[in-house]
Amino acid sequence: MSYQLPKFRHPDLPVNTLGYTRADYEGAISTLCAGCGHDSISGAIVRACHELALEPHRIAKLSGIGCSSKAPTYFLGKSHGFNSVHGRMPSVVSGANMANRDLLYLGVSGDGDTASIGMGQFAHAVRRNLNMVYIVMNNGCYGLTKGQDSATADAGSASKKGDPNPFSAIDLPGLALQLGATFVARSFSGDKGQLVPLIKAAISHRGFALIDVISPCVTFNNNPGSTKSYDFVREHAEATGTVDFVPMREEITASYPAGRTQDVTLHDGSVLHLEKLAPDLDPFDRVSAMVALQKHSAEGQILTGLIYMDKDSRDLHDVMETSRRPLNSLTEQDLCPGDKVLANINASLR
Amino acid sequence: MQALQSVNEFVIKFANVNGTGSASANNLFAKAIFRMGLPVCPKNIFPSNIQGLPTWYEVRVSERGYLGRRGGVDIMLSVNPQSMPQDIKEVEPGGYFIYDNTKPLDLRLMRNDVNIIGIPLTRMCNEEYEDPRQRQLFRNVIYVGALAALLDIDFAVLTGLVEDQFKGKDKLILPNIHALELGYQYAQEHFDCPLGIRVRASDKVGDNILLDGNTALGLGAIYGGATVAAWYPITPSTSVVDAFDRYAKRLRIDPGTGRKNYAILQAEDELAAIGMVVGASWNGARAFTATSGPGLSLMSEFLGLAYFAEIPTVLFDVQRAGPSTGMPTRTQQSDVLSAAYASHGDTKQVLLFPSTPRECFDFGALSFDLAERLQTPIILMTDLDLGMNDNMSPPLTWDDARRYDRGKVLNAEQLEEMERYGRYLDVDGDGICYRTIPGTHPDKGAFFTRGTSRDEYAVYTEKGEEYEKNMHRLMAKWETIKEWVPRPVETQSEQGTDTAILFYGTSEESSMEARDYLAEDGVPLNAMRVRAFPFNHEVADFIARHERVFVIEQNRDAQLRTLLMAEFELGPDKLKSVLCFDGNPISARNIRKQILQQMPGYNVTPLRRERVVAGAEISS
Ligand SMILES: Cc1ncc(C[n+]2csc(CCOP(=O)(O)OP(=O)(O)O)c2C)c(N)n1
Ligand code: SF4
Ligand SMILES: [Mg+2]
Repeated sequence: MSYQLPKFRHPDLPVNTLGYTRADYEGAISTLCAGCGHDSISGAIVRACHELALEPHRIAKLSGIGCSSKAPTYFLGKSHGFNSVHGRMPSVVSGANMANRDLLYLGVSGDGDTASIGMGQFAHAVRRNLNMVYIVMNNGCYGLTKGQDSATADAGSASKKGDPNPFSAIDLPGLALQLGATFVARSFSGDKGQLVPLIKAAISHRGFALIDVISPCVTFNNNPGSTKSYDFVREHAEATGTVDFVPMREEITASYPAGRTQDVTLHDGSVLHLEKLAPDLDPFDRVSAMVALQKHSAEGQILTGLIYMDKDSRDLHDVMETSRRPLNSLTEQDLCPGDKVLANINASLR
Repeated sequence: MQALQSVNEFVIKFANVNGTGSASANNLFAKAIFRMGLPVCPKNIFPSNIQGLPTWYEVRVSERGYLGRRGGVDIMLSVNPQSMPQDIKEVEPGGYFIYDNTKPLDLRLMRNDVNIIGIPLTRMCNEEYEDPRQRQLFRNVIYVGALAALLDIDFAVLTGLVEDQFKGKDKLILPNIHALELGYQYAQEHFDCPLGIRVRASDKVGDNILLDGNTALGLGAIYGGATVAAWYPITPSTSVVDAFDRYAKRLRIDPGTGRKNYAILQAEDELAAIGMVVGASWNGARAFTATSGPGLSLMSEFLGLAYFAEIPTVLFDVQRAGPSTGMPTRTQQSDVLSAAYASHGDTKQVLLFPSTPRECFDFGALSFDLAERLQTPIILMTDLDLGMNDNMSPPLTWDDARRYDRGKVLNAEQLEEMERYGRYLDVDGDGICYRTIPGTHPDKGAFFTRGTSRDEYAVYTEKGEEYEKNMHRLMAKWETIKEWVPRPVETQSEQGTDTAILFYGTSEESSMEARDYLAEDGVPLNAMRVRAFPFNHEVADFIARHERVFVIEQNRDAQLRTLLMAEFELGPDKLKSVLCFDGNPISARNIRKQILQQMPGYNVTPLRRERVVAGAEISS
């Protein structure tokens, strides 16, 4: 079925510096199950983009296949989108990003899409430090194919079908850290207060920014015994700290309580205000991040929040020294060497 | 025993061990003959291995301009004891077997119908050089020197080539010339030079060049405006991207900033490589990947998406023999069907079949125009033989007035003026709709790209009628495509005939040579070289005009024939097959034999040399 949003806008809705209301960042009406975590994440993306006053048409949203990968239809209706093939969104973003470095690339994937069929592409996009935001809507199961266990399901966790999963889980933030990721965060679809600033920070980060968002599947994996249910995550989530994101254009006006706080200026001038709760984690030290993840996992806790960030990250274009002009804007004049050069080449082949 | 006699028409084959530096010496030999104004066609036959296994290099010399494989070997130069038993067997009666006789030939291998010429190459090197690597490298140069005397190659041409080759590394010039002289002197002193087979300078090369198809493709991508290349290494396609890289470093650096006007991504596999191309093309860049059979299989899913989502996608497939390692470093045309119908769902892909380096360049550049014009994958099908061997080719040219055809793409102003944009709306009846590139306009032209399940305005729908309508439009586009792809090349026989040959890609040279032989046999043939799929209307007419059409190809399953039968709904009687799939390029003699066997009323005598006279090397 197809849906179009009604065009009517209430005149009093708050507008951002571009004059856009939040509705300008919304998409078609969702066809996901009522209560699906994925919809909350879509909402957080809408809020983050609206509050950052991003131009919607300068964002490209790409996904693989799955309920999660359908989600981009339900946000950013003014942005180009690409629902590609199962597990291969990272390669499509890689090519798209090479073609035009000036757009913001927002990749949306599921845990099946990323941790199983797309594991290879995910790993390689991480190690290339492709400049993109990569959001995994992680429900520990394959929603769209009716609830099979995925590779992020915890050992012993049981979905609605009832059989405990016998295999060990792939922890995407831990894996990404090991692969050299330059921005790693985890959040929960039910915690917008944490998720929205994390998305903003990921957008401002130059390089690959992973946000693993636990996003319960209400239809197949929200039962007692599942470690990806709303209840379980609420009980076991432990935040690294609170994160507040202040865009470059705004002054820092909020006052923070004294304590373990830190302001970090990002490359585009925005400021991340971190208030640490986990005393053992230094989010600017990879080893510390890896240790903290392992420790919390061993204690049965889910560590959420900003886990690691490399402030001096260099993205793939920096490394490859590609033109600062988007490659897709170059013309014959820039690209075609002409017949004279060919004549010389011919001469060398005789 | 009579020795073969021939001036400027012969086949010489070198038997080496791979990893011993023989390639550059053999190349020196071929190029010297080319510079003497004689058409040459060198072919590498190499193992899937880096060092230590047998490797061959076959050079066809033909003043008459026959550039395909003829079949048979007139001179075998073998420096590989491992392959000698096989090598000597291959020599034509009356031919020459030249070998390193430091260790004398096993008497059991001797043939008394072949002229045996022993040169103690290893001993000469051991006496002359201390360093083991030098002993190995110069051994190859010494035999080229000996061949210069034996075949009457202009020595000055050889020294000129050495000077060109080592320009900038001048210290290497004299030692190489010295090694050439060692061989030359030895042959002069010990044998009756020149042999019955020899060369004489001519003027049959004109302005032609010697170039491999893969380099030509890499250059085609440069000239065609490709900015993104994504690939995963696989023989025999690797050198396409190598060439693109090499020339891009020279020709695509922004003079102001020193930055690259291109990006090359070595992907983690072929699925990623084609995904990157799809992503870049979707985003408005010209992008390509190069691969071979196994990679094509892996790319299949994305090729389906690109077909349905109508994303310009350029893929160069350098074909080789089947799976695994070993045979895959041998040539074949065996991806035709898997490329033509690549992917799930109802898909048909556009194929281009170049047959010379010049066409690799032209079609390579053209692929990008076609991909954007037709908004669909363009799969350029070459093969190892064309891709990795130097082929004599007309020079490359470029019309500086030419502009890239970006096809139907809407810019911001056009979008501004539009009432409602429909990505899959066929507004002018050719089945091709207007694209938009992400980021073009603040609130117009954005749409959600997906394989299926959308209407003409790219709005999600699962309605069957919408799917069907779209599939019909794609067929209308398929008809349009026939008008855009390169047309076939036809050659009419001067005698009227109801029999024809039809071929594509690298079967051209051997097919046309076999056609000359068959005309002498009393079997005149019309000929058609197909250059693209979908087949243009001329192909249907050509087949209809003939009683019998031999489809010549280098695979087991007669893949192009199958495609012709399927597309034109032909019965099995009309199209006959001439096939070669042993990994060697198809030879003229083989084609002649297979056609005669299938001609009513003809009996073929087994392959045997009939005439041994200068200039007439043709045998049965
Ligand atoms: C190549 C391929 N294999 C299988 C499928 C079927 N399939 C569709 S979605 C899906 C799993 C999706 O799981 P996940 O990524 O976790 O998304 P979710 O639906 O849970 O959000 C599978 C296996 C497919 N579309 N393509
Ligand atoms: S099946 Fe699960 S993941 Fe899919 S929409 Fe429903 S709740 Fe969400
Ligand atoms: Mg899932």
